[in-house]
Amino acid sequence: MDEYKVLIVEDSPTMRQLIAFSLKRLKNIKIVEASDGVDGLKKLSQDAFNLIITDINMPVMDGLKLVSLIRKDAVYKTVPIFIITTEGGQEDRERAMALGANAYITKPISGPQVLEMVKNYLNIK
Amino acid sequence: MDKKEEKDRNIFERAEEFLQVFKKGAEFTQELLKTNEQLRYRILQLEEESRTARNTQMLPDKQYAELAKQIDALKEEREEINKRIKEIENENKDFAIRYVEVEEENNNLANLYIASYQLHSTLDFKEVLQIILEIIINLIGAEEFGIFLLDEKTHELKIMASEGIDESQVPSINMGVGTIGRVAKNGEPFFLEDMSETTKIDWLNPMVAIPLKIKEHVIGVIVIYKLLQQKKNFTPLDHELFTLLAGHAATAIFSSKLYSESERKLSTIQGFIDLLTK
Repeated sequence: MDEYKVLIVEDSPTMRQLIAFSLKRLKNIKIVEASDGVDGLKKLSQDAFNLIITDINMPVMDGLKLVSLIRKDAVYKTVPIFIITTEGGQEDRERAMALGANAYITKPISGPQVLEMVKNYLNIK
Repeated sequence: MDKKEEKDRNIFERAEEFLQVFKKGAEFTQELLKTNEQLRYRILQLEEESRTARNTQMLPDKQYAELAKQIDALKEEREEINKRIKEIENENKDFAIRYVEVEEENNNLANLYIASYQLHSTLDFKEVLQIILEIIINLIGAEEFGIFLLDEKTHELKIMASEGIDESQVPSINMGVGTIGRVAKNGEPFFLEDMSETTKIDWLNPMVAIPLKIKEHVIGVIVIYKLLQQKKNFTPLDHELFTLLAGHAATAIFSSKLYSESERKLSTIQGFIDLLTK
């Protein structure tokens, strides 16, 4: 069975744990955590990921900058990217989607909802 | 002679006639016997047909009765199965509803577990306050909020940490004054019924105020002035989760505060000891 690798880029340890906790219900899933955009890019260069989940408001490098840089990389051009953020405005959503995000999830998150979306994008039954 | 001959001839003719009549009678009898035989045969045939007809008519009746009985039994069985299917469908619906409820509860327990784990992962007072802020943003969905702690000397509630508000504008609050003061005094949480109504921030009267209690002792209040744009209201589960989190936050704040104070005292005492022993 395939192993799925998911990168979570989020400055809040609580939020990272919450997302990781929800996703760990899936079998064969490996979760790698990064605390900001730069850390995220570093982790992306070290491994190949099937899915990237990122926050927007982070120190050092925000999530939108991270998404635009990821989409410029040929390796990660088609990898699904989920944005999880407190910003619930339509403009923020459109901006993120235009940069290449696949899904826009607003906080407070629901673990089962995130899990279902990840299963759909990774085609996990 | 002639007379005798004539007489003989008459007798002979009459005998001849009689013979002819007798022959005809015999033929007639034969015909009657033949007809009789044919009629008997026909009667037998009819009797046979009648018996066969009776038999063939009786068999379907018997079969019909049996089939009707079977049909009734099958109808009953079908009704029973339909009843059972409905019961199972209802059970399935109940299970589906229960599954969603369990998923929600599971999600909330996971949230609570992670939040309490984070809250008790440090004894650094500022870090604890920062974790509480994170939890309120990420789990509760608040945009503008603050943590008020009770000053034991002045008996005033003072804002110690916040998000989305200018702390310099927030006044100190006396016990019993406004919603925050009342919550601190009576130890009961306050949730505004319709949270979508609030437009302007009233520092003393927020939409949510949760006491930070250790047993019955209130050490502060978590106050929410505004929720995130996408969070329209609090669900009953939010109330429960927030109240439980406040309990964990209170012990985390209290223990980290005690630890910081004891650390400070320890370093002061250590300073004195160093001074005396030098």
